[in-house]
Amino acid sequence: MDLTPLLLSRIQFAFTISFHIIFPAFTIGLAAWLTFLEACHLITGERIYRRLSDFWMKIFAVAFGLGVVSGIVMAFQFGTNWSELSRRTGPIQGPLLGYESFTAFALEAAFFGVLMFGRDRVPRWAYLAACLMVSLGTSLSAFWIMVNNSWMQYPTGFSLNPDGVFVPTDWSAIIFNEAVWTRFPHMILAAYVTSAFCVAATGAWYMLRGKAVQEGRTMAIMGLRLAAILVPLQIGFGHLVGDFVHDRQPAKFAAIEGRWNDQQPASEILIAWPDPNSERNVFEIAVPYLGSIIGSMSLTSMERGIKSFAPLDRPPVAIPFFAFRVMVGCGLLMLALAWVGTWLSFGEAILKARAFLIATALSFPLGFIATLTGWFTAEVGRQPWVVYGQLRTADAATPFLTTPDVALTFALIAAVYALIFGFGVLYISRLLRAGPIPAADISLYATNPKRPLSVPGASPGVSGAAPSGD
Amino acid sequence: MITFWASVLGLAILLYILLDGFDLGVGMLFPFAGGEAERRRMLASIAPVWDGNETWLVVSAATLFGAFPAVFSIILSAFYLPLFLMLAGLILRGVAFEFRYKATVSRPIWDFGFVAGSYVAAFVQGTAVGAIVQGLPIAHGQFTGGALSWASPFSLFCGLGLCIGYALMGACWVAGKSDGTLRDFCLRVLPGLMAALLAFLLAVFLWSLEIRLGVLHRWIERPVMLLCPLVGLIAFAGLAACVRRRDARFLFLCGAMIFIAAFATLAGSFLPYILPFSLTLWEAAAPLSSLRFLFWGAGVFVLPLTLAYTLIVYFIFRGKMVGDREY
Repeated sequence: MDLTPLLLSRIQFAFTISFHIIFPAFTIGLAAWLTFLEACHLITGERIYRRLSDFWMKIFAVAFGLGVVSGIVMAFQFGTNWSELSRRTGPIQGPLLGYESFTAFALEAAFFGVLMFGRDRVPRWAYLAACLMVSLGTSLSAFWIMVNNSWMQYPTGFSLNPDGVFVPTDWSAIIFNEAVWTRFPHMILAAYVTSAFCVAATGAWYMLRGKAVQEGRTMAIMGLRLAAILVPLQIGFGHLVGDFVHDRQPAKFAAIEGRWNDQQPASEILIAWPDPNSERNVFEIAVPYLGSIIGSMSLTSMERGIKSFAPLDRPPVAIPFFAFRVMVGCGLLMLALAWVGTWLSFGEAILKARAFLIATALSFPLGFIATLTGWFTAEVGRQPWVVYGQLRTADAATPFLTTPDVALTFALIAAVYALIFGFGVLYISRLLRAGPIPAADISLYATNPKRPLSVPGASPGVSGAAPSGD
Repeated sequence: MITFWASVLGLAILLYILLDGFDLGVGMLFPFAGGEAERRRMLASIAPVWDGNETWLVVSAATLFGAFPAVFSIILSAFYLPLFLMLAGLILRGVAFEFRYKATVSRPIWDFGFVAGSYVAAFVQGTAVGAIVQGLPIAHGQFTGGALSWASPFSLFCGLGLCIGYALMGACWVAGKSDGTLRDFCLRVLPGLMAALLAFLLAVFLWSLEIRLGVLHRWIERPVMLLCPLVGLIAFAGLAACVRRRDARFLFLCGAMIFIAAFATLAGSFLPYILPFSLTLWEAAAPLSSLRFLFWGAGVFVLPLTLAYTLIVYFIFRGKMVGDREY
């Protein structure tokens, strides 16, 4: 495969956006989790909720900062590498993404400072309200991003000018796009589940280490019980998203299913090795009839295969096929962990279930992997279109870029990201290792709301930092 | 609607130049200040505000994308390589604020990132303005040049000029915020910077007339424009008087007035062109339905809020610094 500027631009975008989504996926969920902890604290008055909230607040701050920094590069890339896309769809994507960044900044300005600074300066109900507003703000931010992406997946409410510019004619059709109402909850739930498993895994880890066992147990149980409800809900919304893809993006659906030829009734391929050269699966395990049931809720329906689409309109098969299966696999693993954990949590059994705790402690990447592979499925599966059915990815790139141009910027961005995210992850791991500290000490640690990376107490080289772990 | 969004864009860009201008300038002066104590105090003088200042870059970019997508697409692709350099510079600069205090052995790396990031960002911005004044190759609403067509003697000269200008504002800001050796340092570098900036502004004005005689017609059509250089000259005189009397109170105000005058001169010379002389504001604007949609949320609600927030932060952190880390 030639390394064309187009391909490199796509890889660069995939790299920066994959890096970016890790942090929002974490902070959207954490913001909700912090709100939940504050509410528990306010209602029950138990000190442990306050300790947990203070502990996760510091981690939230670092992740939030990294999300903001990596998000800025995203915004600029629309113009730098995809100038045709921004010229033609700017009248629609510009305002949507504008609202996203305006919302995020308005929120940061107003309430993030209260969260970081205001613990002792505002009444407890106001602090809870600030948590709620930050949580609402991160979700709103995600909402605008999902509206924008859903419009690209299923463009509505526009007319095309002779010069190829998309002119918005009906904003409510764009915002209340039918794709948004399944894909937005799917993303929000993904963030909640990801955070729930990070919390549960941290808790399980503390229980195993015999350190901060009380806090660890509370974290593990709360995270697992929350996941026990959220994961099935997420699978349900995932199915609805699948229905949308089946009806509106049949080529993507066929690629996900690894179905090369039309089939009636269709079988469901569990695992296979799709070979694009011979346009068939070299090996496959399939369940008869299940494909028609999943696709159309019938035993007899005809389901389309990838070869029924013109070669020019076909997405790659292997990436959506495998990414989808990894996502579903992670989801099922999380479902099993959450349900077993919830079962064990009613009683004292969870304290002795070492194998289960080890599995839970190791489960923290599952949510991130599922989120990333879900996005790989959605974004690779809609190729070769950037605006589905309207604008091809190949026609959206900046026309004059050369391979060395893009290679240079890609190397630059990758180096800078590696440097700062290396340090960011180091900080988070130090905070996690240090564990929750008694509430009385917390007022000693002041931090700056506008620069969350300056979270004190866990820095290399600062004497008197939080006690190191092992 | 178009006028409204053009004003918002102008205001956002002007605020960005004024606000991030001085903190980039502080980064440029950073290596020349005496010892670690002076450096810490220089950082402390911008620590509470620098990231709020950079917010205006994002506001400018978001406004450009939302209201003038044609320009967004042209400018961002035309400055492909320098823009990525600028982003890398701004990111390194941002993290340096934190990491230099956490690091033990790696402090020189973060200091280098802070200084280099400041120079690169200022230079790229100046170069971009120069290249836009000179005119970008555009056909059918698309940029038709290559990855390096922004580079010309004129645009590079403008990059250098903006570095001088930002450094001047940085010196004004720090002088107003500090006393003792640090203030003496600022007052010592100011005369040189002033002379350099004045020479640059004159040279760039003559040079741009040579490149674009058309500008002269606009000045004849709009004699009111002569006020701008006049205000600039008065500000220069005020600055000189302040430096001579070692009075730091109005230094920054004078420095800012020079920039406002230069910005107004530039805007007055080219309006209604947003990209001289190929694309007017009216041609570049998004359809009315987009502008209206943006107006009723972002224009009426979010922008005033952000402005108010900026004012509040500057009000809280007004006056001289007390400690060397006042946040």
